Amino acid sequence: MILGSINPAVLLAALMVAATPILLAAIGELVVEKSGVLNLGVEGMMIMGACLGFIIAVNSGSPLLGFVGAALAGMVLAALFALLTQVLMTNHVATGLALTLFGLGLTALLGQQYVGITPPRTPRLDLGPLAQIPFFGRAFFRHDIVVYLTIALVGAVWWFLKYSRAGMILRAVGENHDAAHALGYHVKRVRLMAILFGGACAGLGGAYLSLIRVAGWTEGMTVGAGWIALALVVFASWRPWRALAGAYLFGGVVVLQLNLQAAGVRIPVEYLSMSPYLITILVLVLISSGKARASLNAPGSLNKPFHASS
Amino acid sequence: MIRLERRKEPSKIWRIANPFLAVVLTMIAGGIMFAALGKDPVAAIRLIFFDPLFSEQFGSYSRPQLLIKTAPLILIAVGLAIGFKANIWNIGAEGQYIMGALFGAGVALAFYPIEGWYIFPLMILAGALGGFMWAMIPAILKTRFNTNEILVSLLLVYVAERILAAMALGLMRNPDQPGFPGSRDLRRYDSAHNAELIANTGLHWGVVAALIAVIFAYVMMTRHMLGFHVQLAGQAPRAARFGGVSPARLVIICLGLAGALAGLAGMFEVSGPGGQVRIEFATGYGFTAIIVAFLGRLNPIGIVLAGFLLGLTYIGGELSQMMLQLPGASIQVFQGMLLFFLLALDFQTNYRIRLTQGARA
Repeated sequence: MILGSINPAVLLAALMVAATPILLAAIGELVVEKSGVLNLGVEGMMIMGACLGFIIAVNSGSPLLGFVGAALAGMVLAALFALLTQVLMTNHVATGLALTLFGLGLTALLGQQYVGITPPRTPRLDLGPLAQIPFFGRAFFRHDIVVYLTIALVGAVWWFLKYSRAGMILRAVGENHDAAHALGYHVKRVRLMAILFGGACAGLGGAYLSLIRVAGWTEGMTVGAGWIALALVVFASWRPWRALAGAYLFGGVVVLQLNLQAAGVRIPVEYLSMSPYLITILVLVLISSGKARASLNAPGSLNKPFHASS
Repeated sequence: MIRLERRKEPSKIWRIANPFLAVVLTMIAGGIMFAALGKDPVAAIRLIFFDPLFSEQFGSYSRPQLLIKTAPLILIAVGLAIGFKANIWNIGAEGQYIMGALFGAGVALAFYPIEGWYIFPLMILAGALGGFMWAMIPAILKTRFNTNEILVSLLLVYVAERILAAMALGLMRNPDQPGFPGSRDLRRYDSAHNAELIANTGLHWGVVAALIAVIFAYVMMTRHMLGFHVQLAGQAPRAARFGGVSPARLVIICLGLAGALAGLAGMFEVSGPGGQVRIEFATGYGFTAIIVAFLGRLNPIGIVLAGFLLGLTYIGGELSQMMLQLPGASIQVFQGMLLFFLLALDFQTNYRIRLTQGARA
């Protein structure tokens, strides 16, 4: 009865929007991890993107500039991570955590005056007749351009990792950095570029949250999206298309849970809103155990320090 | 050309000097940041690092606060540090802290209004149990299903926060004041009140527990076989396995211990300074404690010093909220920077910078 009141086309449309920020962050982190680096600061880079993207978009009136600024903000934080972990050889876990705390604090400070403001609207992409198709038009063809660009980005990353020469070097560095180094590839340079790409993606994901999905800024608004993106990479076994599937699955859970809240199901809101986190944990358990476990597919040099001393 | 050379032994001097250097650098960088935001940098730094102790205006209020803020940080950090030494990354202490508070408060609210000497000890046990059980989720998932404990323990923080909100609005809500979210005030229930042991010092049972935990951890890490196993597993996992150290057992012990201590911290907070189960009860002690553990060099004595410093910034953060209208979370900027600087400086603990003649080298 309650479920019957939810329109499946609207649900599918909302699902794609809910999935986009985590998918953006996850696809960036996937490339980072493919190069052998585990950046646990995704949450911090995302919130930086969300905050700075919002501030720039509000002040310039242009969502596009906001997204560009968000990508740069994510990259700046990622560059800090790269400096610490790649040059100064710091502990990845601690550095990632520092990134997250720093990002959360700095954005609380910077965004203080921006709470309660509405950002400039990002226009819906006009797909003409496609948007008029019954059901499918409503579900798939009435989104903003970022939703489609994100799907295109997944495809591009898949192609890059699988078929391009640079992608193969990146994978070689991630699988065995000593061998890659011996072959004359610049391990640190490749990793630096991957980390920067990951930062830009996380920043974009954050900006999608503040500029489109939520359309507003509040302190700490990512509420764990960055951590869920990290879990998504494991779920995807480091495969781009599986990250897309996982993100949409997750988006479905989020949207369904929100719809149940709106439909007034007799479960307190607090319990419904913990479901995304619980499902992420459940999925991690399923994917990490058994013979087909995801870790078998993990890059060989993931999270191992590299120092070309000899 | 600059070349890096790994030191054979980590430099002892830098190991001790770096935390102090990191604090100084954080103050400088923080001052620059405040200046960029248009606030008086000297006043802001003074407010955060000095005024809580030495100001005539707030000193009488904030001096007792120092022990109140520091005790949970030390209690949590001591447990976390043992895990970090063994490369077991429990970063969800905030969730374990919340669950300890809920279990402890639950016992008190169940007994209300009976008075009895046995109620407070039961709350202590329940608090430790709550944190322990919450930490067992990532521990068992790690040992049984090989799930990443970093992600699971962190995600469980968000779950715990929602349980806290559900409790404050539902089951544990004060039936005498149904209009307000939040439980009964445990400070007005004598048997459950974690009162100050000496008036106006901030010294409550949580401080005593923190002291015991520090001594216990120190003895364990330096004198006991378990401490040796922890260090061995962290520094040479293969050797540890050959030496008969079970990795699964270590995961359970390290996470369980940290969880129980975090749960205790939560219980002492909710029955004393916090007073009641509220939606805003958790203020990030679980995350700050991670920085305390690192800044204290994962060493119980170092953690005491680091705990006092970060406890100080907590009070300073509250003061700057009142005086400079800064958001409460901005204190995290300092904490993040502190960790950045510390990690960056540690570089010279492990490496030596050598200048060589580039072309010929």
